Amino acid sequence: MNKESFANIATVAKRELTGYFSSPVAYVVIIIFLLLTGFFTFMVGRFFDTGEASLAPFFIWHPWLYLFLVPAVGMRLWSEERRLGTIELLLTMPITTWQAIVGKFVASWAFLTLALMLTFPLVLTVAYLGNPDLGVIFCGYIGSFLLAGSYLAVSSMTSAMTRNQVISFIVSVVACLFLILAGWPPVTNMLVEWAPSWLVEGVASLSVMPHFDDIQRGLLDSSDVFYFLSVIVFCLFTTGVLIRSERGG
Amino acid sequence: MIKVENLRRTFGPKVAVDGISFEVERGEVLGFLGPNGAGKSTTMRMITGFLTPCSGKISIGGFDVQENPIASKKLVGYLPENAPSYTDMTVQGFLGFTAELRGYRGSEKLKRVNRVLEMCFLEPVRHQSIETLSKGYKHRTCFAQSIIHDPDVLILDEPTDGLDPNQKFEVRNLIRRMGEKKAIIFSTHILEEVEAVCSKAMIIDRGRVIANGTPEELKMRSQRAGAVSLKVEKVSGESLKSELAKLSTAERVVIEDETETRTSALVVPKQKTMNGDFAKSIYNIATQAGWKIEQINTEAGKLDEVFREITMPDTVEMTEPKA
Ligand SMILES: Nc1ncnc2c1ncn2[C@@H]1O[C@H](COP(=O)(O)OP(=O)(O)OP(=O)(O)O)[C@@H](O)[C@H]1O
Ligand SMILES: [Mg+2]
Repeated sequence: MNKESFANIATVAKRELTGYFSSPVAYVVIIIFLLLTGFFTFMVGRFFDTGEASLAPFFIWHPWLYLFLVPAVGMRLWSEERRLGTIELLLTMPITTWQAIVGKFVASWAFLTLALMLTFPLVLTVAYLGNPDLGVIFCGYIGSFLLAGSYLAVSSMTSAMTRNQVISFIVSVVACLFLILAGWPPVTNMLVEWAPSWLVEGVASLSVMPHFDDIQRGLLDSSDVFYFLSVIVFCLFTTGVLIRSERGG
Repeated sequence: MIKVENLRRTFGPKVAVDGISFEVERGEVLGFLGPNGAGKSTTMRMITGFLTPCSGKISIGGFDVQENPIASKKLVGYLPENAPSYTDMTVQGFLGFTAELRGYRGSEKLKRVNRVLEMCFLEPVRHQSIETLSKGYKHRTCFAQSIIHDPDVLILDEPTDGLDPNQKFEVRNLIRRMGEKKAIIFSTHILEEVEAVCSKAMIIDRGRVIANGTPEELKMRSQRAGAVSLKVEKVSGESLKSELAKLSTAERVVIEDETETRTSALVVPKQKTMNGDFAKSIYNIATQAGWKIEQINTEAGKLDEVFREITMPDTVEMTEPKA
C-alpha cells in the first residue's frame, strides 16, 4: 500500500463519515444503542444485583444488540450508492474498487466505535463502585469492536447485492443471526442428528459466540482475533466480487 | 486519444453493444446519437471503466482501460447519465470530494473547486445541499465534477438534459471551446446540438453503428438533401410538373403544397450535388416559362430526417402529394 491508496481510502472514508452525521440515522442509532445497552445492562442484566465489579452484564448483550443496529448502519453502504447512481461516479474515479470498499467500511466501523466509546460512563461507574479488572474490560471492548466490524462486513456484503436498503437490512440480520446461532447448542444438537461431525464442527466454528465469549472473559487469544479478522476480510472480498460481477459480463 | 475496437457487451441474452469501433483524437468532438436503448450509455460506461466489455479493446491516451484502469481513469472526466451526486452534501463539499479523489489538496483543491463553480455558474448555490437544488443545478453540479481536473478526455452522457435554453447554450459553448484541446464524446437526443458542437457524429441503433461522419455528411444522407424546393405564384401543380419533367437531371417532382395563389414543389435530382447547378437549371426553366418565383433553394437536409430514415427505415417515406 502506498501513500496514494491511503489518501484515497481516507477521502472515501471522510465523505462516508460526514454522510452519517448529516443524516438523522447517526443520532438515532447512537441514542438507541445507548438506551438499549442501558436497559439490558441495568434492568435485564441486573447490573447492581450481581455484586460484581465487572462489565459482563453489559457485553453479554452486544451480539444481540448489534444484530439489529449494525445492519441498520451498514445497509446503506452500497445500496445507497446504487440507488443514487453515485457508484458509477465513485468507481470511475481513479481509485480501485478495493480502496472504495475499505474506505466506506472503515468509516462505518469508526462510527460504530464512536457509539461504543460513548458507553464509557459505565466503566467509570464500575470503577467507582468497586475494583474491576480493567484488563478484562479492555478485552471486552476489543471483542465488541471486532464483533461490530464482523457484522458490518456482513452488511457491506449484503448491501452490495441490492439497491433496496430494506432487503439489504433483512438479509444482513439473517446472516448475522446465523453467525450467532451456528454455535448455539440447540442448533448444533439439531445438526448432530443427521449431519456428519465434520460438518457440525465446521458450522459451529463459523459462530461468533465462542470467540466473543473468550475475548469477553479476558482471553485475548490470537486465534479469536484471527477469526474476526477473517470474517471481515472474507466479507469485504465478497463485496468486491459482487460489485465486480455486476459490472462484468 | 480514445480508441475503441470491436466493443461488445451483453446483459444476459440481450446484446446492448454489438461490435462498435471508432477513434477520437484531441480536438475532436464526437456526438453519439441513437434511439432509446441503442447502447450509447452502455458504450460510455465501458469507456470510463465502469462496465467491463464482453470483448473488444478500449484504450485512452495509450492506456488500456482493462489493463491499466487507474492511469486511464485519470485522463477521463465523466458525466454519467442522470447526473448522480451525493445528495446529502453541499455543492462545494461534493466538488471538494471529487477534487480530492483526483489528488488535489489544500489551496490547489480550493482553486479547482472555485474555477468549476464559476465555469458552471454554481457560485450562488455553493453552500446549498444538493438535495434541495433544482434538476438543472444538480445536473450542472455533476458536470462541474467532470471537468474539475481539466481532463484530456471528456465523456458526457446527455450533458444538456434538463437545462434551460440559456444553460444549454452555455454548456454547448463550453463543450465546443473545450473540444479544441480535448477529445470529447457526448450523447444527446437534441439533433441541433450535434450540428452546433460536433466535429463528428455517430448514429447507433441496437448496439451497432449505422451511420457516421461529419454532421454535413450525415445530412447529405437525407432523402431531401440536394433536392431543390421551389415556390412559385399562381401556377398549377400540374403545369409545374409537366414543365419540370423536361429536365433530364430531375428524377421526380413532388408537389408539397398547392393553393390558389402559390404552389410549392420539391424537385429531386438524379444525382445529389450541393453545388447549385441543379437549382440553376430549374431557375432557367422557371424564367422561360414566365413563372413568378417566390423562393428557390437547395435543401441541405436535416439531421432529424436522416435519423428517422435510418433508424426507422420502414416507416419513413418522402412526403407524397396529398390526393
Ligand atoms: N444493467 C443492465 N442490465 C440489463 N440490461 C441493461 C442494463 N443496462 C442497459 N441495459 C440494456 O442495454 C440496452 C442499451 O441501454 P443503454 O442505456 O446503453 O441505451 P441508451 O442508448 O443510453 O438509451 P437512452 O437514449 O434511453 O439513454 C437497453 O436495451 C437496456 O435495456
Ligand atoms: Mg443513455
